[in-house]
Amino acid sequence: MKRLVVLAAATLLAGSRAVPADTPTTATPPPLVDSAVLRAQAERIAVMDRAKDSVLGIFSPSGSGGGSGVVISADGYALTNFHVVKPCGDALKCGMADGELYDAVIVGVDPTGDVALIKLFGRDDFPHAELADSDHVAVGDWCFAMGNPFLLATDFWPTATYGIVSGVHRYQYPSGTLLEYCDCIQTDASINPGNSGGPLFDAAGRLIGINGRGSFEKRGRVNVGVAYAISINQIRNFLGYLHSGRIVDHATLGVQVGFDEVGRVVVENILEQSDAYRRGLRYDDEIVSLGGRRITTPNGFKNVLGIYPKGWRIPLSFRRGGQRYDAMVRLRGLHAVEELLEKAAGRPRDLPMPIPEPDKEPDPDDEPGPREPPSPDEGPHPDGSRKIDIPTPLPGQPQMRAPRTEPPMAEIVKQHFEARRGFANYYFNRLNRDRVWKAWTARGDFSAMDGLWTLAGELEGSEAFQFELADTGGRFALPGGEAKWIATDDFGASLAPPQSGGLLPALYLWRRLAVTGPEQFGDVTYLGTLPLPARQETVDALVGLYKGVECHFLFDPVEGHLLAVEVFPEEDVDPCEIYFSEYHQVDGRFLPGRMEVRLGDDLYGVFLLQQCRFKEDTGSQKEAVKEGGRESENDGGTD
Amino acid sequence: MTPPMIRSLLWLVLLAAPLALPAAADSGAPGNRALGRSSIAETITQVQPKIVKIYGAGGFRGMEGYQSGMLISPEGHILTVYSYVLDTDYLKATLDDGRKFDAKLLGADPKLEVAVLKIDAADLPCFALDEAVEVESGTRVLALSNLFGVATGNEPASVQHGIVSVKTSLAARRGVFETPYSGSTYVLDAMTNNPGAAGGAVVTRRGKLVGMLGKELRNSLNNTWLNYAVPIAELRTSVDEIRAGRFDPERRDASTARPQRSLQLSMLGIVLLPDVLQRTPPYVDQVYPGSPAAAAGIRPDDLILLVGERLIQSCKALRDELEHIDYEDPITLTLLRDQELLERTLQAKIEEEP
Repeated sequence: MKRLVVLAAATLLAGSRAVPADTPTTATPPPLVDSAVLRAQAERIAVMDRAKDSVLGIFSPSGSGGGSGVVISADGYALTNFHVVKPCGDALKCGMADGELYDAVIVGVDPTGDVALIKLFGRDDFPHAELADSDHVAVGDWCFAMGNPFLLATDFWPTATYGIVSGVHRYQYPSGTLLEYCDCIQTDASINPGNSGGPLFDAAGRLIGINGRGSFEKRGRVNVGVAYAISINQIRNFLGYLHSGRIVDHATLGVQVGFDEVGRVVVENILEQSDAYRRGLRYDDEIVSLGGRRITTPNGFKNVLGIYPKGWRIPLSFRRGGQRYDAMVRLRGLHAVEELLEKAAGRPRDLPMPIPEPDKEPDPDDEPGPREPPSPDEGPHPDGSRKIDIPTPLPGQPQMRAPRTEPPMAEIVKQHFEARRGFANYYFNRLNRDRVWKAWTARGDFSAMDGLWTLAGELEGSEAFQFELADTGGRFALPGGEAKWIATDDFGASLAPPQSGGLLPALYLWRRLAVTGPEQFGDVTYLGTLPLPARQETVDALVGLYKGVECHFLFDPVEGHLLAVEVFPEEDVDPCEIYFSEYHQVDGRFLPGRMEVRLGDDLYGVFLLQQCRFKEDTGSQKEAVKEGGRESENDGGTD
Repeated sequence: MTPPMIRSLLWLVLLAAPLALPAAADSGAPGNRALGRSSIAETITQVQPKIVKIYGAGGFRGMEGYQSGMLISPEGHILTVYSYVLDTDYLKATLDDGRKFDAKLLGADPKLEVAVLKIDAADLPCFALDEAVEVESGTRVLALSNLFGVATGNEPASVQHGIVSVKTSLAARRGVFETPYSGSTYVLDAMTNNPGAAGGAVVTRRGKLVGMLGKELRNSLNNTWLNYAVPIAELRTSVDEIRAGRFDPERRDASTARPQRSLQLSMLGIVLLPDVLQRTPPYVDQVYPGSPAAAAGIRPDDLILLVGERLIQSCKALRDELEHIDYEDPITLTLLRDQELLERTLQAKIEEEP
């Protein structure tokens, strides 16, 4: 032990490069630390000094519980763990390195991925972390964690722990029943209770993950050199959904995979209602890649699935009899709606790390960590002396305190909170729905155009077409014939025209949204952000429910254009998809010049719009679907 | 200059020496990708294929059914720790590339808790034990193992970083750490010795083999866990001997000549635990008073590890081995008692024929 003490003292000396003052110059060794090391150290100190500003200590309004977090935008959106905010409630207090305590409100939660988005109030210039591309993180990279382990910092100055990336693309089985860590980053930087929800930074101080879980077994809930961070790329996929104020669900393909006898990953079970099945995937097919990532193990398959939210479409490649097939598949929800809500409200025993209490006087004989019942395998010490109590948890029984009476919600939080079933905070859903709606209507206001809509042009292949849309239904005319569709209460009953999957109902709903707006349409909420085939960036999505039919309206997040409408007449069938493009301005409104209609794997048709007429309902003579010929007026003219 | 000061300066030199040489490559400069990544990432890429995931007996609480190992020959010799995990006929080894092999316990030296496994393979990446290095306190090292069984299949082993705090002997800690191993160890300042980590490799930043992670050791005084590695130099002789056929657990084949009259446990005055498992560990249950075993100081609860140099893994293996020993020859038993290894030589007492 003595040797260790001497060593420790010597290390400190070496670290500070202190040379005893009375040492004769001749005996002083020249500085032995290479200048490159000193430079690296100075750089590291500078990086950490910058990084600390975005780090949060998170507490419930009463000061109980706690964890860490990190701000990711100047207007105060911040990330943490679901299991940190859950015991705190809807309102939070966040301490930052500037010594200030800020009010914050819950925005959205991902209980399965153990992520929560919160928003801080009080500044519009919050220091925030830069998000890295965590797919480029490699084993051996230096990294550091920041946060408030054991709630040590009373001035909110975060604790830094330094380490390397020990593993990437790690899969960790669900702890308890819910929290599944997929595709996570493993580090040997010290992660202790209270670090939960805090950032894992790369060596340049960019955010690569959110620390949330450790391999804690018999050694108690303190660092064991193995901790896991949720990758920032996974969180980036969920970020739009989290902004929707929802309780967000993860996804499944509806497929179980396993190794076959020669070590390929094959389909062992497949749900016939799944999109994967409709896209042609069958039992015993080999999974080649998913989400653009080569699949070589069942864990690798689960890793990829774990980083996507419900409803995303991702590329799937599979092989059967030497033939390779590529498809875009829609992911199903991992949970039934009720199931997810129940789990989100679940018992604290499912939480992977206990939350330390800040205001508890530490027992002088005790570790400063959370106090746990002693492990059953710790017998009394043979000589009767008291052991230093390194807390060891009983399996499945992290100690959680009953929430004490919380002080009333701060006024600023109250103004930004709206409870609604299925949502963590409906306020933010409305906020984003209105943002998307405003951006779209700024491109063209159709609210007065509640009469007959006539869209005419040429099908690719030079056949003329015309659509007529009104409150009562729609009509689709080609030179060779026509299809009519009447809007009834049994909305999804007829999906005219045949083989389109319901093009007329889809156009009808598009017109309805444009005319009535999200408040009158039915129930319209902001869904989040989704990828769109052949598009780099994700797009904003509104989801509308009208007479039992679900429709998605996808918008360009920059331009505000409507990019696509998808109408799902019922669950587990392919939607009719309309893709709008080639927007151009006509009479102060942006109108699409091209409309591509798809159903499942098939292209129904490409419609080149040449003339669009939008009429106001004059009230006296309600326009109905009627015979129509080619309009002679100027393009896009309105009455 | 006062003596403590001299000591401090000495430490300064010791600490600085390993820093100064590879400083440029090992600085791990934040933001300096080219520097920080090249040395460690290259080392990791080079070492990871040599790490083996081993699966065997265990699998219940506190007794993980897995550990780590490292390849030490291109034809599939695996160095690992000798533990209960190896106590099965169904040992499996998974290589870094995901290939799974049946592994055979070639032999083990209980004194050093070292074992060598063999898989049927060729052209494997491996460590050369004779190229292992000895390092000083302050040397920066990487530890690679499958701790907590985090990796499966072709997923790479976990990597941790740290420094060698001190090279010391655990013998002085007897009664504190429960281990029969009494040689020197590298104490590490990283949380390396977790469940499943035993058998993993500790290497320098340049990938030179330094030591093998040992079994979990808890300090019985303060309830903390020791993070340590056994220097390869301590293991080399044993490993060579095991590979040369010493400490072979295999029963002699049936053709081996047997003495006319074999040794029996009753002649030694030893009664074993009832043989109820496929592999019941050969614990002594009773020792007859006045017997050769009693005279040699053998006691109930002693575990018999070796007969001569033959590794004994079960009651049945012990009886089989005695079959091949003439009742008049003395035998040497290596025993484990309270984590201490004892050697006792016994001579059977021949009953007078009536």
